[in-house]
Amino acid sequence: MATDIETTGSSAPYGPDNPAPVIEPPRARTSRTPKTTRTNFELYGWLFMRLSGIVLVVLVIGHLLIQLVLDGGVSKIGFAFVAGRWASPFWQTWDLIMLWLGMLHGANGLRTIINDYAERDSTRLWLKALLYTATVFTILLGTLVIFTFDPNIR
Amino acid sequence: MSSAVMDKAEAEAKQPASHLITATFRIRRFNPEVSEEASWEDFQLEIDPKERVLDALHQIKWEIDGTLTFRRSCAHGICGSDAMRINGRNRLACKTLIKDLNPDQPITVEAIKGLTLLKDLVVDMEPFFQAYRDVMPFLVTSGNEPTRERLQSAEDRERFDDTTKCILCAACTSSCPVFWNDGQYFGPAAIVNAHRFIFDSRDEAGEQRLEILNDKDGVWRCRTVFNCTEACPRGIEVTKAIQEVKRALITRRF
Repeated sequence: MATDIETTGSSAPYGPDNPAPVIEPPRARTSRTPKTTRTNFELYGWLFMRLSGIVLVVLVIGHLLIQLVLDGGVSKIGFAFVAGRWASPFWQTWDLIMLWLGMLHGANGLRTIINDYAERDSTRLWLKALLYTATVFTILLGTLVIFTFDPNIR
Repeated sequence: MSSAVMDKAEAEAKQPASHLITATFRIRRFNPEVSEEASWEDFQLEIDPKERVLDALHQIKWEIDGTLTFRRSCAHGICGSDAMRINGRNRLACKTLIKDLNPDQPITVEAIKGLTLLKDLVVDMEPFFQAYRDVMPFLVTSGNEPTRERLQSAEDRERFDDTTKCILCAACTSSCPVFWNDGQYFGPAAIVNAHRFIFDSRDEAGEQRLEILNDKDGVWRCRTVFNCTEACPRGIEVTKAIQEVKRALITRRF
């Protein structure tokens, strides 16, 4: 094996005085390493995932049952069906809570995935910017539709 | 009858190596003074399957290739020097018997992951110990020092008994995918050693340690993957300890 080094034509023949670079994991603490945060944000985020998950199990399974299984299943869904449900404040609230919890739950989950997997700081920044923009847009649009829905629209 | 016994004894004397088997050890070699690439190298050994992987590494280093580099100190599962990735799992080479590894196939041995590889099976442990030092792994008390030992009930001692077993071998931390990926996550071993003092009735700095682990790179980055619990050669329930620290943080806030 040692004789192969010369024949491969490597630009840098490594030796005791010229060792190959070792691969440093991004863990060495430098001056650019972010300082400790001293906030409870991660605690609240972690807790929110558990609590919203429990509520979402009820909301989403109930939603799927009503929409897809009970009373004729998916074939009954139409403009009139949605208009009928959103005439009641109960279903408005249900859908609003499901929208907010679902979006925030999913966004927080994606945030942790980006934190875990994005390797470069700029990648992380842009992915998070995209995620937060999409989340805010969807939540605002959904909320607007639920509150301003007009069953008489033509 | 006596001749039969004689024959058997003679036959055994003629084949003193009958209990040995041929095993292949596939070791990931890296030498920055030769190449920037790490590569697998096979070694065939005649070895007793009741021996440990560490004995096989010794045999290779002492009889085949003296350049093989690895750490080991006590060789009896206490010092925590020889954690390595054997057949894809983090274990102590001195506690892993060859017969438990299916020696019919090549046994792979490589350095633990997530730390800088320096040579062959040796990694730079400094980031690991940095995280360990960060959680203040020592008794902190206030007031006058007692003239005798600090007494503790058996129940209070039992509370953190599991996490006193840690030998700092880094098998858990280097099996954690969050530690592999990025950043400053403390890693399971540091949290286990914080747990050992947080739940010690004699210690008074539990609040400070909880505050350190409440950081964004603290316990909340744990994804309960359970790799650490599976890797621990001392059988510590690492994930349970991390969850207990999380619970202590939550019950402290609310």
